[in-house]
Amino acid sequence: MKELVKQLVETYGPAGQEGRVRALIEGIIRPYVDASRVDALGNLIALKRGSGGGKRLMIAAHMDEIGVVVTHIDKKGFARFGRVGGVQVQTMVGGRVLFGNGAVGVIGWEKWLQSRGVPAWEELFIDVGATSPDDSPVRVGDVGAFLRPFVDLGKRLVSKAMDDRIGCAVVIQALMEMKESPNDVYFVFTAQEELGTRGAVVSAFGVEPEVGIAVDVTHIGDTPEARPMAVSLGKGPAIKVMDAGMVVNPAVKQWMIDVAEKEGIPYQLEVLEFGGTDARSIQLSKAGVPAGCLSIPCRYVHSPSEMVDYEDVQGAVKLLRKLLESSPSFSS
Amino acid sequence: MDALLKKLSEARGVSGNEEAVRQVILEAVREHIDGYRVDALGNLICYKKARRQGGASWPRKVMLAAHMDEVGLMVTGFNNDGTLRFGKVGGIDDRVLLSKQVLIGPDAVPGVIGYRPIHLIPRAERNRPPDFSKLAIDIGASNQAGAEKLVKLGDYVSFRTSFEVLAEDGLRTVKGKAFDDRAGCAVLVELLKGEYAVDLYAAFTTQEEVGLRGAKVAAYAIAPDVAFAFEGTICDDLPSKKDVSPVTELGKGPAITFMDRSFVADRRLVDLLVRTAEKEGIPYQFKRAVAGGTDSGAIHLSREGVPAVTVSVPSRYIHAPVSMLSLLDLEHTVQLVQKSLHNMEGGLGS
Repeated sequence: MKELVKQLVETYGPAGQEGRVRALIEGIIRPYVDASRVDALGNLIALKRGSGGGKRLMIAAHMDEIGVVVTHIDKKGFARFGRVGGVQVQTMVGGRVLFGNGAVGVIGWEKWLQSRGVPAWEELFIDVGATSPDDSPVRVGDVGAFLRPFVDLGKRLVSKAMDDRIGCAVVIQALMEMKESPNDVYFVFTAQEELGTRGAVVSAFGVEPEVGIAVDVTHIGDTPEARPMAVSLGKGPAIKVMDAGMVVNPAVKQWMIDVAEKEGIPYQLEVLEFGGTDARSIQLSKAGVPAGCLSIPCRYVHSPSEMVDYEDVQGAVKLLRKLLESSPSFSS
Repeated sequence: MDALLKKLSEARGVSGNEEAVRQVILEAVREHIDGYRVDALGNLICYKKARRQGGASWPRKVMLAAHMDEVGLMVTGFNNDGTLRFGKVGGIDDRVLLSKQVLIGPDAVPGVIGYRPIHLIPRAERNRPPDFSKLAIDIGASNQAGAEKLVKLGDYVSFRTSFEVLAEDGLRTVKGKAFDDRAGCAVLVELLKGEYAVDLYAAFTTQEEVGLRGAKVAAYAIAPDVAFAFEGTICDDLPSKKDVSPVTELGKGPAITFMDRSFVADRRLVDLLVRTAEKEGIPYQFKRAVAGGTDSGAIHLSREGVPAVTVSVPSRYIHAPVSMLSLLDLEHTVQLVQKSLHNMEGGLGS
């Protein structure tokens, strides 16, 4: 599965520019699904029909990652930029970005070596090696993703886009491994989650699920002096109870817990005091949908080095597969 | 077009109270459309079916949106001395309120957001912003009872600004109230005079300034194939020491949005506009900041998603009592969209 993760995290796909990630996923899942389509926002919606008697499930993992967008190229060829999603200013200086056309840029700061403070956004720029707007390989409106290779630390994996390619990997792996299921499962690889769970808003409207589950990363509290949070790396996938965007439907939460316990899969319960996932948009779609979230604990979220535990990942695959194969026992 | 823009600009239409603007628009478009309705949120939705054969089967149903509402104030209380307390409707910087003239309520009662004369401001205070919680609207009443005879709690307050042509040639600059988004309304009215091979649904929307509310329900009802929103957008082109970009520049043509806080524009529609501008020799610029939100933000999330783009007339000093734009930009915006709608007849491509 590590090869699948590597392929996914190294593919370019900032929010709004998910085309390459979508093409990659489409190619991988084609033999395993009965039908698929792409909607107006670029969500990939694939259906695997069940044997009957189950529910219509929506499983969502977002394809997009955070990035930057060029807003101006000055007379010397330096690019100014805006943020695409929740980029953190502390991670910027000295970082590199990759544009859709292959151009690479270095992020510079006007006050580099002159100030010990934190940069203001408007003091940052991207140096693409150009000397004027005419020889710049990028144009206003071009979108860049952070450039950082995938690292396999053995037990732990590191990448700039674990959020949420690791979720995509878990969903793909569960799809490939799943046995017969009573449920019609819609595997939705969503767009623009990082800009406000936008892809999930319209895909949930189209799918009209009876139960929805998002698969996404969550924060942890196990690094030095971390903000207290009862989720750690290596203790299993997390079953969300609540975050700033939603309170998980108790029946969905219990279904997830019951399956995890029955299958002997270690799990953690997650209460996140900030953030939100595609699950909140699914939950609020149309007349409302019972929804939950399967989270993969992740350190350094929204930095260029997001770290997950490989056993947590495998646990998430197994739990999701067992959920898909089971019949949600509650009425919706 | 300046006569229409004058009427639109001087009509009072703070978010939630768009009736006067709706009347101006209806009068201007009535003979060019096949039908219209006003929905529960006050959106004016005009329908104009294709006048020519040969359009693509998709996109067929095209939503064009411009918001009728403007930022303003609302009366929230009375002081004993006869002045009025107020709250803001939409995004207004406190600093633009000082010493401004306003009109209040359906009877357009004149008032002034007064401030102490310089003689009474201690030297130490002159470099500090005033205490905005103390600002009040003075309508010349001598006490609370007098004020209550003239205005009611909840009355809308709009800025009192007359429209004027500042330059007859060159950029043909004009100044007036609420070019955000009466400029977009003017563009949309002009577009409705043309003939197209697609079905047009022109939505003059309400309550954009308080959260894209009108567009949300209008888009749901229309269920368009694609959408264009028209705006009067930020224009900050006055000289700067640093080589950083203004968001837009006056006189450089319509500004195409690739992304703002509310949405990512559909690349096919951006390409269509750019291709059309270059083919027809119409000047254009990009909106060069990921700032602000427009009706496209609500429209693109409607139902199963709608490809959308925003095209704006650069307008200096928006969200303040007076804004400024170039009629040349306004005309170029109409031309660009008109030609783009024609160029869309063969479909959108990929």
